[in-house]
Amino acid sequence: MSAAGGLAKRSHEENWLPILELAIQEVFEIMLGCQVKPIVQSEHTPSGEFTAMVGLAGALCGILTVSCDAKTARHIATCMLGDAASSEEQAADALGEICNMITGNFKNKLAGTDEQCMLSVPSVISGGKYTFRSLADGNSIETALLFEGAPVFVRLQLHS
Amino acid sequence: MDKIRALIVDDSSVMRKIVERSLRQAGIELEKVVEAANGAEALAALQSNAVDLILCDINMPVMDGLEFVRQVATVETAKGIPIVMITTEGSESHVVQALSAGARGYIRKPFTPDQVKEHVLPLLGKKP
Repeated sequence: MSAAGGLAKRSHEENWLPILELAIQEVFEIMLGCQVKPIVQSEHTPSGEFTAMVGLAGALCGILTVSCDAKTARHIATCMLGDAASSEEQAADALGEICNMITGNFKNKLAGTDEQCMLSVPSVISGGKYTFRSLADGNSIETALLFEGAPVFVRLQLHS
Repeated sequence: MDKIRALIVDDSSVMRKIVERSLRQAGIELEKVVEAANGAEALAALQSNAVDLILCDINMPVMDGLEFVRQVATVETAKGIPIVMITTEGSESHVVQALSAGARGYIRKPFTPDQVKEHVLPLLGKKP
């Protein structure tokens, strides 16, 4: 890829942040009945106790991750299920499905990408003591949103 | 409306519960709900359960939703059961593939109970 091409692509991807944030907001509003708002990421420390991930392949290639602490993951599951309490298994399941819907919703909003891009089934890591390294070597888009007073971190790591 | 028997196919147990709740919110009375985590489990479930409606995800391990819909068409006892896809896959090609394979409806996640009502009730002979 030429330098000019690389710059154009990077600029293009920088424009995706508001689209990603809109995709996240829609998923939380429709599926959980909660509004979430972007926050300054540096003011919050990612705990990463629960990390859900969905891979993208095709026209858009990379991985989208959603991370939060265990309490927040359980809260997400409770809101989705409408139950008083949720188990750790339900918390992981719910976060995986949220990640799946954010990825799909984001992909569907990118004109021309949705037809040529496939999603993996979600995977979820629980437990805080791990290091996540994506082999995707392209740009990344990151945002953090406040859900019921707790931060939720979303990162789209792209292959170049 | 008569009570119906529904088969809900999704690899997420949380999403299966949400789909069931959405059916109830749509005013559909459920006599029985059969759950399956993938297409293969759903095909096995159809061998021992008579159902009136199938709601199915696309991206699932073991057997995905599109293959499941194709397979259902070959099961004599399951022919004619309306199948509605409920999936994050929103592309036109996925919709065309699903409808060509035999699905009768297509709902994109995230979805509201109203969307379930709009797509499912007509398949049960009712106005949304």
